[in-house]
Amino acid sequence: MRLADSGKTLGRKLSSALGDSLLAATIAFALFSLVLGLRTVDSATGLALEPRPALLATVVAIVFFGRLALNLFVWQTDYPLTRPFAKLFTLEPFETRDEVTLALAFALGVLGVAAGVLFQETLYGLLGTLMLAFIGIGLLRRAIVRTFPNLPYTQVFVAGGILFALFFPIVSYALESAFNLGLPLRYWFDLSILILTYVMLGWGLNIVVGLAGLLDLGYVAFYAVGAYTFALLATHFGLGFWIGLPIAGAAAALWGIILGFPVLRLRGDYLAIVTLAFGEIVRIILLNWTEVTGGPNGIAGIPKPTFFGLPFSPFAEGTTFSGFFGIHYDGLHALIFLYYVILVLALVTNLVTLRLRRLPVGRAWEAMREDEIACRSLGINTTLTKLSAFATGAMFGGLAGCFFATRQGFVSPESFTFIESAIILAIVVLGGMGSQLGVAIAAIVMVGGFEALRHTAGLQAIFGQEFDPALYRMLLFGLAMVAIMIWRPRGLVSSRAPTISLGDASAISGDLVRQGRG
Amino acid sequence: MSGADAKSWDRDPILTVEHLSMHFGGITAVDDVSFAVGCKDITALIGPNGAGKTTVFNCITGFYKPTEGMLTLDGKDGPPRFLERLTDYEINADARVARTFQNIRLFPGMTVLENLMVAQHNGLSRASGFSFGAIFGLGRFGIAEKEAIDLARYWLGQVGLLPRADEAAGSLAYGDQRRLEIARAMCTRPRLLCLDEPAAGLNAKESDALNTLLQAIRDKEDTAVFLIEHDMSVVMRISDHVIVLDYGKKIADGTPGEVRNDPHVIAAYLGVSDEDAAALEARP
Repeated sequence: MRLADSGKTLGRKLSSALGDSLLAATIAFALFSLVLGLRTVDSATGLALEPRPALLATVVAIVFFGRLALNLFVWQTDYPLTRPFAKLFTLEPFETRDEVTLALAFALGVLGVAAGVLFQETLYGLLGTLMLAFIGIGLLRRAIVRTFPNLPYTQVFVAGGILFALFFPIVSYALESAFNLGLPLRYWFDLSILILTYVMLGWGLNIVVGLAGLLDLGYVAFYAVGAYTFALLATHFGLGFWIGLPIAGAAAALWGIILGFPVLRLRGDYLAIVTLAFGEIVRIILLNWTEVTGGPNGIAGIPKPTFFGLPFSPFAEGTTFSGFFGIHYDGLHALIFLYYVILVLALVTNLVTLRLRRLPVGRAWEAMREDEIACRSLGINTTLTKLSAFATGAMFGGLAGCFFATRQGFVSPESFTFIESAIILAIVVLGGMGSQLGVAIAAIVMVGGFEALRHTAGLQAIFGQEFDPALYRMLLFGLAMVAIMIWRPRGLVSSRAPTISLGDASAISGDLVRQGRG
Repeated sequence: MSGADAKSWDRDPILTVEHLSMHFGGITAVDDVSFAVGCKDITALIGPNGAGKTTVFNCITGFYKPTEGMLTLDGKDGPPRFLERLTDYEINADARVARTFQNIRLFPGMTVLENLMVAQHNGLSRASGFSFGAIFGLGRFGIAEKEAIDLARYWLGQVGLLPRADEAAGSLAYGDQRRLEIARAMCTRPRLLCLDEPAAGLNAKESDALNTLLQAIRDKEDTAVFLIEHDMSVVMRISDHVIVLDYGKKIADGTPGEVRNDPHVIAAYLGVSDEDAAALEARP
């Protein structure tokens, strides 16, 4: 390999790299000539085409030189420039040339930061900071892993995550009230409640898709059933959140079974289509059954949950939360309480799933995903097993729906469109089917990352004032999905943890685990 | 045949197959086949390719519904079970007939031990109060699970896979996967074990080990063994009773010695000249 490479003369290398880059540039030109090269603008005579040759040329040049650099320094060389950076995240010892490369990169990073600070070049500053952060994190990780090679890192990470989730609102609220820092707490809490709702939905769907291997494209239907069940019970019968919660869960589970029956015989694509249809049917019924659901107007006036009977309100009859504890009323109290409610609901979902995995029914779910015929030959009633998976998954969807209704105070069919199902399924697939940790990370990345793209100030400083990142959210989202599916086709956490062992069981490689055919 | 020299499988059958026929559209895969499987025997079902062996098997284990016929599993522990009326999972759960597959069907992403635990699902599920009890830590699920692990451990020892209990079933070598599938079927505590070509793809040494295992199952476990096999060395060495199918019909039934010398069997396996074929047709 090495011999063959060094046998290639510099001239031949260069010509093949040039040819490859020219090809890439031609493709880029063909692709972008209409997308970027032309723009329609309003003019006095109607729409007119405005050519943008400079932009097109820039993009094509970036593709050409980028591809050329990749060819010369990464693909067609004995020493790819990316190697030392990849080595940063392993324990392999550095060679001298690795150290030189990293030192140069570090110097570049420092230069970038300096340019950012001294000349207000935000783009260089940001790139330099990223470079420094990348190298710094890599070196730190190496040092930690080398010093404590036997720490259970995953457990430490999970415990850290849970501790953070437990204390983040209280600590940030305490800091804010003590020092008046002007933190956007309301926004933070709203966002974390949203993320936790999706974590819970992802965990719920993970039972159906990840464990039982049944592809469900209509999961949002159960979310809707839970939300509307509680909304109707609360507005018509005055039931509170804590009574409505189990009823909403039971109603959704019932609907899970009702959906389960007709689809028992279906597998794979057919199952996906029928569940997709079910999701749409539920939404359209909610939209058109105006007498009961209020149609497109939805149901408003859903009560907020109370703290063991104490409402969060500045002026209410009887004792309020703030009145009972003798503290000043703050709208954030209700939000913090909602945060803890969804945190507990999500953690309960997780604990129940982890427990069920170690019980016969959970093993039967996974066995059904692996091989349904073998399951039946072992005397397992796959009908009941499928229905139990649908019902359990739907129940958690219903509980999340009930929470959603009480948080918003308003439900309408618009909240339960197919895109919601798609996002929840994307969270499960991205996280790694069957992995609780992966699903949680994926929910944070997807919902939080999507939200981060709203923050235009930083990006506008780099790309100019007319840059509107909201326009590119979907594009970036798609790019991220493609990148993850290339590098981690089985999701972020693809290995499977055994549920029982005689000695120490290590995780099973994702390559052996089947994904189920529905 | 007089009563005195009645064969063991007629005297004490665990499974009686009477007039079994199976049609797929216009094709008759199995045509009026009757035989008995003895409860202390290793019974082999042999025949050339396409003779209908696997179809008979699938009818017995409930993966096909027979067009005609009656399959009676003798009920030592209760009333007789009519297999043609049960669905596939009930045949294992209720009639206690276990099977393996020609193309191995393990749960590849689960560990060896998990495979054996899934096989004990029904008992464990009842012990866990159908999950409702065990999820709150109630009931005797812990004890039942311990017993299940012990049974799994026993069978892992029998098939020599104990050291590999925590590995993924899909990562085992082919021969190990075959033996694991037998162990998994045995973990359902069957009265009749049906094996679809258990020796396929095994080398001579593995094949010998398989023979020993099957004889041990017959002698120690109170489980009758019924197998489809192509490998004549396995069939002739370990079976007590051989049934031969050809073109969906039964052409011979008896001890290995009797079957080996049966002219119909020789004709089916080796082929015969036209004159001999005519002579064979004329024989009873």
